[in-house]
Amino acid sequence: MNTLVLMKMVPDIVEELEVGPDGKSLDLESLRLIVSERDDHALEQALLLKERRGGSVTTMAIESPDIDEILFTALAKGSDRAVKMVGAEPPLTTSEAAALLARVLPDVPNLMPVDLILTGCQAIDDLDGLLAPILAEQLRIPYLGVVTGVDAETGQGRATVFKEYAGGVRGEYAVSLPAVLGIQAAEKPPRYVPVAKVRSTMKSRTIDTVPAPPRDETSQLEILQMTKPEATGRAEMLEGSPEEVASKVADVLSARGLV
Amino acid sequence: MAGNVWVLAEHWRGRLSDLTFELLVLGRELAVGLESRLEAVLLGHGAKDLAGSLGAADSVLTVDHPSLAEPNPEAYCLALAALVEERKPRSLLVPLTNVSADVPSLLSARLRISLSNFCRDVRVVNGGLQARCLLYGGKMETTVAVPGSPAVLGILPGSRAGSEARVDRAPLIEEVEVALPSEGRVRFEKYIEPAAGDVDITQQHALVSVGRGIQTRDNIALAEELAEALGGVVSASRPVIDQGWLPLTRQVGKSGATVKPKLYLAAGISGAPEHVEGMKSADLIIAINTDPQAPIFTVAHYGIVGDVLDVLPALSEAVRARKGIHA
Repeated sequence: MNTLVLMKMVPDIVEELEVGPDGKSLDLESLRLIVSERDDHALEQALLLKERRGGSVTTMAIESPDIDEILFTALAKGSDRAVKMVGAEPPLTTSEAAALLARVLPDVPNLMPVDLILTGCQAIDDLDGLLAPILAEQLRIPYLGVVTGVDAETGQGRATVFKEYAGGVRGEYAVSLPAVLGIQAAEKPPRYVPVAKVRSTMKSRTIDTVPAPPRDETSQLEILQMTKPEATGRAEMLEGSPEEVASKVADVLSARGLV
Repeated sequence: MAGNVWVLAEHWRGRLSDLTFELLVLGRELAVGLESRLEAVLLGHGAKDLAGSLGAADSVLTVDHPSLAEPNPEAYCLALAALVEERKPRSLLVPLTNVSADVPSLLSARLRISLSNFCRDVRVVNGGLQARCLLYGGKMETTVAVPGSPAVLGILPGSRAGSEARVDRAPLIEEVEVALPSEGRVRFEKYIEPAAGDVDITQQHALVSVGRGIQTRDNIALAEELAEALGGVVSASRPVIDQGWLPLTRQVGKSGATVKPKLYLAAGISGAPEHVEGMKSADLIIAINTDPQAPIFTVAHYGIVGDVLDVLPALSEAVRARKGIHA
């Protein structure tokens, strides 16, 4: 079972986000980037599948700040190969990234065909679409999203895939391979790898590079402005020391008969 | 006259989703603004009876095919692509839930038409459509000019009150034939129900819900202590479940349960749209977060800017004191 995992960086939303000077995008100066959370789950699912069924895992990303560290971390976790697409002029929307990846994948030496392409089922900046279904459509291969489990025996030509619905209900699907799957959560939490192991991987391994093809499609969306969301309501803020706010909350609960 | 406004009538396990009715209200506003008709599109197999509940639309297009019996993004995309190409609607509004969220991306890629994703609102401005889309976990809003016709729009929960669209009026129903493969590349096999035995968080009067701010599995004990004092239980947002710190049965939000307790205390939860969808109807919402800009404070009734690791023990103590319980 040979699997390709696609990963990308997104702003860390734990940090304060600010609108940039153009009024239409984020202020890049104030950004801290982290790996897209669902992509980390996609990598974990690929590694679990490799451990269960054998085969290989290749992790690929489009060049962006700090992406080398993410790719080396993937290698340290057990990915067999890391590939970086270089030379694509940022910023790229999700549909633009999907179009570039669909065109470059056949040109990556010794990569295709793969049985599965896994990536996060959505990212926090997917304004013009989700990567996995757009890529599947462009590659003309099957797709399923919101996936929380995958199994596939080598040579069967299909995978058993579990899709999450509401209330903890899951659907089981048979998906013909090759296919693209949008991962919501891996069967286990993403594994931890010590920083020292990532550092030693940086010294012993390399990241393959592949040039980006010319961009022939641009997103159709015209962004008019970006703002912090207008609050539809606002909580009454309780201030003071932890003990003081706790006492105020207890007053609220008492008034409502909840304590 | 512009093409019609379409709403994908989303249904799962025999029931139309609440979000479908919200979209019908939104769709009606757009249809009035564009001087066009509002049509619902109902895909399924043996689901035509549901069309009778869609009277808020001027008409309902129904497609009945065995491959549409259960949610299947590929079959849904093929059916919608055929309909869109034939009928040329102005826009198609699609509910963003786990049932339908990937349909807009597949369809826009297949037909090479625009998609505006994560919309919290759509309006007609100077004869065109403008969408306000929530990005970055609800921390930023982007206004986009929706290009082209047809255009696909993925709509988040909460854009309108759906109750207005629950009308007792029979819509015009048109059955449409669409050629679909009998055996698709993605085949539904069965549903797997969640493991029984855990508490049902939808039946609790008080939930202390923990998010990323709880930091470690061990710290969940702080929330359990407060929940016990309140006579409730602990629930969680997605990141805590993904870490395996609590079972899936405790998850609140799009993939988990929709809860309406008398008290929902959100501890270290930022308030991403996927979570808010599952708890916004609680009678009383109290949120604790270190980030004063966290979106959870826009849905909470009371907010505390602080570290849950400091506030939770103080709350447990205060609640116990009010109840005359000694730790």
